[in-house]
Amino acid sequence: MSDLAVVVDKVTKVFHQGRPDEVLALSDVDLTVADGEFVSLIGPSGCGKSTLLRLIADLIEPTTGTVAVADRPAAQARRDQEYGIAFQQAGLFEWRTVRRNVELPLELRGMPRDERKAKAGQMLELVGLADFAGHYPGQLSGGMQQRVAIARALAVQPPLLLMDEPFGALDEMTRERLQGELLGICAKTRTSTVFVTHSISEAVFLSDRVVVIRPGRAGSPRRSR
Amino acid sequence: MRRVLPPVAVGVLALLLWEVFVTAGRVAPFILPAPSAIGSQIVAQRQNIWEAALASGANALVGLIAGTVMAVLAALAASRFLVLGEVSIPFAAVLNALPIIALAPILNNMFESTSSVPRRLVTAIVVFFPVFLNLLRGLREVDPIHQELMRTYAASGWTFARKVRLPGALPHLFTGLRQASSLAVIAAVVAEYFGGLQDGLGARITSAAAFTAYPRAWAFVAGACLLGLTFYLVTLLLERLAMPWRFVHDLP
Repeated sequence: MSDLAVVVDKVTKVFHQGRPDEVLALSDVDLTVADGEFVSLIGPSGCGKSTLLRLIADLIEPTTGTVAVADRPAAQARRDQEYGIAFQQAGLFEWRTVRRNVELPLELRGMPRDERKAKAGQMLELVGLADFAGHYPGQLSGGMQQRVAIARALAVQPPLLLMDEPFGALDEMTRERLQGELLGICAKTRTSTVFVTHSISEAVFLSDRVVVIRPGRAGSPRRSR
Repeated sequence: MRRVLPPVAVGVLALLLWEVFVTAGRVAPFILPAPSAIGSQIVAQRQNIWEAALASGANALVGLIAGTVMAVLAALAASRFLVLGEVSIPFAAVLNALPIIALAPILNNMFESTSSVPRRLVTAIVVFFPVFLNLLRGLREVDPIHQELMRTYAASGWTFARKVRLPGALPHLFTGLRQASSLAVIAAVVAEYFGGLQDGLGARITSAAAFTAYPRAWAFVAGACLLGLTFYLVTLLLERLAMPWRFVHDLP
């Protein structure tokens, strides 16, 4: 077992390959994330930072190159639920209470009811929403919903956390508070994190390392430290 | 109270105006009977109205349930197999444009005259389309984030359908059911106009009208109206029970 959480090796991603609207999103990208490391991917919109995150999550497949998560191919790691993920929209299930939203990934892993209930309670405690366990997402503010989404991502205690501009839609005050909370949670749980953002200050505040992705010549993104 | 009072007041006022209009204007009862005449018929015929409403209500209910079950199964199949969905939507739209009630005389001849099946069949077919079309739309509208999340959870197709697609489509299902519940009563009542077993509200309305007993006919129409309203309200109640998250109050 190496101490690398993520290894992206010479990955190229072309969307709509062979069609007139072909787009080269990422070209020959390398990235490693060490265990327990907090890495931000930063760059202007359309530079491919979200694409890179989705490749790590195995939501899309690379055109060439390989992605390994926890020493496994990304597809295997996804099936093993090696990571938790949060997006810009909380994406909660409106028909489930806050607690049952957090329980969902545990439920799908076949965890017994009492155990997952306790676990979800613990996670909600972590994001400061224990009092809202019985509410429905529609009753919560955007910031609270995002905290529920983070609790859900953390519920399976994944070794890796993937976040795609999770605070992008929030007001500044809420964002700053959640950034602080996230740092505390990651430090406490020793979770490796890949965090996509377009805010330089957010990246600098949160990260051990900031990876800048910029659309290079002919639209091919380059990576630098 | 504030939500109930205005419509009740308007309703009472409308009845009063109706009464004044009919008596003062000397409108012939075969054109429009006075509400007081209809009201006294409702009281006099309450037992008959009740029994006919039970018969029509049973037909509407059986048709509604059968049509809904068929529609749900068909929508699930059509959402599961894309090709089926593409093919079925124009078909459903064309069939929906047919006056299905016009099938009643044909269906009546297919079964014995003591059979309740034709009316229930007509009702089921009428119910099928709004439920099918609405539910299919709901089943196809899945939040892309939910789709991706379930993928990260390595959820199977069946789990995805059960945990995301179906609950997500419930609001659409009930939109269809609300339309269908009223349609079911209309279909069950009107189907009797075309023959078949004559024990429901439709048959009572036609026979009263045939005997020029217009206030009595209107009394049975009022019964049909109440029956339709009951179906609609029960559907609203079911909707509340099935989707509690839609009816919770916002936080202060």
